[in-house]
Amino acid sequence: MIFQRTPVFTFLIFCLVFTPAFLKAQGNHCAVKKSPFRISMDSGKVVYAKQCLACHQADGLGVPNMNPPLNGKDVLGDKSKLIEIVIKGLIAHQEIDGQAYQNVMPAHPEMKDSQIADVLTYIRNSFGNKASSVKLSEVKSTRSKLK
Amino acid sequence: MKQSNKLIYFLLLVVTACHASDSVNPLLSDTIHLTSPKPDVSLTLPGGFTATLFADGLGKARHIVVTPNGYVYVKIDGTRNGKGIVRLKDTNGDGVADQEIDFGNFKGIGIGIKNGYLYASSDVDVYRFKLNEDGSVINPDQPERIITGLIARFMHQGKSFAFDNDGNIYVNVGAFSNSCQVADRQAGSPGMNPCPVLDSAASIYIFRADKQNQTYADGIKYVTGLRNVVGIDWNNTTNTLFVMQHGRDQLNMFPQYYDDKQSAELPAECMYELHKGDDAGWPYMYYDQVQGKKMLAPEYGGDGKKTGGEHAIDPVVAFPGHLAPNALLFYTGNQFPEKYKNGAFITFHGSWNRAPEPQAGFYVVFVPFSNGKPSGKWEIFADGFSGGPDKTASGRAIHRPCGLAQGPDGSLYITDDNKGSIWRITYK
Repeated sequence: MIFQRTPVFTFLIFCLVFTPAFLKAQGNHCAVKKSPFRISMDSGKVVYAKQCLACHQADGLGVPNMNPPLNGKDVLGDKSKLIEIVIKGLIAHQEIDGQAYQNVMPAHPEMKDSQIADVLTYIRNSFGNKASSVKLSEVKSTRSKLK
Repeated sequence: MKQSNKLIYFLLLVVTACHASDSVNPLLSDTIHLTSPKPDVSLTLPGGFTATLFADGLGKARHIVVTPNGYVYVKIDGTRNGKGIVRLKDTNGDGVADQEIDFGNFKGIGIGIKNGYLYASSDVDVYRFKLNEDGSVINPDQPERIITGLIARFMHQGKSFAFDNDGNIYVNVGAFSNSCQVADRQAGSPGMNPCPVLDSAASIYIFRADKQNQTYADGIKYVTGLRNVVGIDWNNTTNTLFVMQHGRDQLNMFPQYYDDKQSAELPAECMYELHKGDDAGWPYMYYDQVQGKKMLAPEYGGDGKKTGGEHAIDPVVAFPGHLAPNALLFYTGNQFPEKYKNGAFITFHGSWNRAPEPQAGFYVVFVPFSNGKPSGKWEIFADGFSGGPDKTASGRAIHRPCGLAQGPDGSLYITDDNKGSIWRITYK
């Protein structure tokens, strides 16, 4: 009969008991091994919600005439320029992708270098964007050149 | 020889005749014949009212005015065929514009008619064009410059205006700052004290409506402490100026006092009745419509509990925050039911500063008035401009209501500066 204690049956019981535990261990293992890019994206999303979303909006597309969208060449291009804008801000009439906006971009003296790297990596890889990550070393390097 | 002389003489006559007719009506040669506009949203209105799409695709259509014989003038905050003013006419009486003429070499938001002149503003100047008896502009290329040199520093730079019945024009000069912080819009930055923006902006100035090239020196600061006014109208019942202020943004730059929800709902968008010398309190205070109190701004020591603005005037009506009132019109027509007579229509352009909370606005409201004072609660009059609740919440509205005008037959015109649509609201 099938319910007899055959080696096959024993094996099935073994699988039933230990598989969930095994999978759970695997899951934890995966979390620990999250890629540096994924870590930066997750952290950047939190920073974006706190520092950027109020003006640039949840979809990153800004507000017409008021706050620029974050999907143009200036955001996806030169990283040092982008880092400088986050650190020092931008006065209202300075153009983004050839368009002037009414509102200022405030400076962010309180933001850590790692937060700037993460949020810029997040912006450059969200809202339909795909561009290289911004590294902590790049933020440090740009900051050291700013007065 | 004789024959060719005759020909030259004839040609000269033709050229002269063409020139003569041009100088009589230079606009007609530039007439654009319009095709019917295509509705892409369905507006909701109270029973008995109908919305007809009068025109569309005009670009950034801001303030609007209609002459007694039905010429519709619209100020474009950009260019339309290279010009900044659009004149529309429904020549066949089907309720839809079929003729367009563009003129005026400046972008801007303000337009109005007084004593036989069409007035229009750029962001630094106010011009006027003499009108014919029939309401057409006589010399579209040579307006008189009435006011010049007003401050325009990118933020709140539009110059909306209104007239009294004594030959004066009232012009808004908006604050080039959100809340007069040392560092504009920077979290935790304190307010400058005294606020230097008030020296030459954040005020309504009064000028003569018929004098050329007036500057700040010729004007009088009529009322101070108004952050930015786009909706402005003279009330002929009270003989006073009424305005809608765009309230300050981002109270949650002080997260110890305001969470995102409070920052989305506060402060009120206020309607004020103004008298010479009044102070509406910006930037030192804001109006909290939930508590019904004037509050000390967090940039000046406020914490959401301390009151402020002891010398500032009180609002006539306080609306929810960030809805962006872009036009105010006291209805004096006879077409709409009695309840609407002398009441106020207000366009709410729609918010952006409520994020991460859902956005709001994108509608036209009505406030009933009796004897120059509100006589009931405000209500939404026209809705549906955004194209749906999801588009309202995300702020990605299809249309954003902006300007208001009353037609000679008492119908109401509403502009949209997102796609440049104009609706005409009628009642049967």
